[in-house]
Amino acid sequence: MTDMADFIIEQTGPEAQLRFTGRLTLSGLGVLPDRLDALHAPVHEVNLSGVERMDTVGAWIIQRFVERTGAKVVGASEDAVRLMSLVHATERDVRVRPEPAPAVVRVVSEIGEATLLAWQTLLGLIAFFGSVLIATWDLIRSPRRIRIDAVVHRFELVGVKALGIIGLMSFLIGIVIAQQGAVQLEQFGAEVLTVNLIGRITTRELGVLMTAIMVAGRSGSAFAAQIGTMKLTEEIDAMRTIGVSPIEALVLPRMLAAIIMMPLLGFYATLISIIGGGIFCWVSLEIPPITFVQRLQEVIPITDLWVGLLKAPVFGAIIAMTGCFQGMQVSGNAEEVGLKTTAAVVQAIFLVIVLDAFFAVFFTQIGWI
Amino acid sequence: MDLNNPIAIRIRGITNAFGDQVVHQELDLDVRNGEILGVVGGSGTGKSVLMRTIIGLQQPSAGEIEIFGDPMIGGDPEQQLDLRRRWGVMFQGGALFSTLTVAENIQVPLREFYPQLGQTLLDEIAAYKVIMAGLPANAGPKYPSELSGGMKKRAGLARALALDPQLLFLDEPTAGLDPIAAAAFDTLTRNLSRTLGLTVFLITHDLDTLHAVCDRVAVLADHKVVAVGTISELLASDHPWIQAYFNGPRGRAASAAVASQPVRKA
Repeated sequence: MTDMADFIIEQTGPEAQLRFTGRLTLSGLGVLPDRLDALHAPVHEVNLSGVERMDTVGAWIIQRFVERTGAKVVGASEDAVRLMSLVHATERDVRVRPEPAPAVVRVVSEIGEATLLAWQTLLGLIAFFGSVLIATWDLIRSPRRIRIDAVVHRFELVGVKALGIIGLMSFLIGIVIAQQGAVQLEQFGAEVLTVNLIGRITTRELGVLMTAIMVAGRSGSAFAAQIGTMKLTEEIDAMRTIGVSPIEALVLPRMLAAIIMMPLLGFYATLISIIGGGIFCWVSLEIPPITFVQRLQEVIPITDLWVGLLKAPVFGAIIAMTGCFQGMQVSGNAEEVGLKTTAAVVQAIFLVIVLDAFFAVFFTQIGWI
Repeated sequence: MDLNNPIAIRIRGITNAFGDQVVHQELDLDVRNGEILGVVGGSGTGKSVLMRTIIGLQQPSAGEIEIFGDPMIGGDPEQQLDLRRRWGVMFQGGALFSTLTVAENIQVPLREFYPQLGQTLLDEIAAYKVIMAGLPANAGPKYPSELSGGMKKRAGLARALALDPQLLFLDEPTAGLDPIAAAAFDTLTRNLSRTLGLTVFLITHDLDTLHAVCDRVAVLADHKVVAVGTISELLASDHPWIQAYFNGPRGRAASAAVASQPVRKA
């Protein structure tokens, strides 16, 4: 291996000469740039005759030094002269990063941007909802355009493939509710009311709510990422030019799948939760399954089931819509896909919980207690 | 071009196969130091696979590759890392990191291999590489999504040149560019290779690029390199694909253009 770059100062009378040796290349530089920067003695000549090899970085460092000190270059090889003129010729005011704004401006502009973004997202969501309604109406008028294959495929992805994880989750939730409920109710000697607790809370609230959260995490994110990636690869633009409406081809099958699958999954989740709770009651509280089922029949009004099942399709629509909407908002780079996917899941879960609160009040008001 | 130049890349007996589909069979090729070697071949003859094999992204099922005399396959990892600093690669679409600005893209290899460089120097290096690759002075702080196709390629070239490599791989540098931008890119490639003493491995479909830039051309067909030589040498070959390629309507147009307006050779 050849020598690292180095320099020595030779004092000849009043004139100081800087002699460079070794490889003035990126790999041979070492700490030379820092040493040069620290050098403040007046230098009149830079001697390059001892340099073995030079690349553009080496040439740039010499050029920079010469410029700072006003020294003359001597003993440069033909290659060195060529490289130095190359980097010299390119020497212009080149910006490397955006101008940093003052802190106050940055804070204000960030608040402004966030406000604008929130406003635009709201408007965009409403516009998106509108175009989905229009596409739905078009589809109703010409039902032969419904993409049965796509819809069935989504049914499988959103519904069937989720059965395992939603079942497991619901079963555990059923057990947890039963166990925690039993501990509290025991203090009043009312363990038997655990059945009421499990039956009503899962049918009315938790079955559908937890399913919605799981579907938002599983399918809402998938919708956003799929559509976002298609947006990046210009597939959506290609669809539009062919005359296929992306709303009709991509969004409606997903909406339809989520709207139809959510009540089914919610009902299934409720059932499994009750089974989980029932098993706990049987094992720990010694309530036999027959008694458990009889008691369920007595305490759960049929309206509880309607409460759960009416909410489910609305939640499904919201999850699918935020997922598809955020996917459509992707532009630019791969990072956007991640950001929008996150936004889709967060917004979907948030909206689902807000709506659930409205539903709770609404159903109580109309007397479905 | 001096025929006795030492060999930069020596490829011997490379075989590449994906499942049943054989791409390369016992392929041999030499790239000499300081030359611009154009690699041509029909679609699916494995030009990009060959490049990926040389730079170690694709493990061949058999064969040897030496770069500057060091083995690429089966060498020790330390040595291979050292080799990696000696080449730059420009991928077809630029393959810029989309979350970094152009200047930051250029600084990635510098930071990776030379963490001791200060931020000021890194910025200065990025600045002159931006200009060297023919980008406008304000391109540094832009993100790849804000660049046109031609600018992305130039930014990719700037990143490939970041480490001042001796060896440059270009994958279809002029594909998708308008003729003016393509001609400008050809001139840029030629000038840079002459000024910086680069060895260039250039994959292309562009006949004008072959005429304007390449010292020699290697033709990939029938799973091998069927011919290597200057364009006039290749014209003398009677291989049907070479004849069809260079004597087809487009081939004749390109060579007529060169004959009427001789390219300045440095």
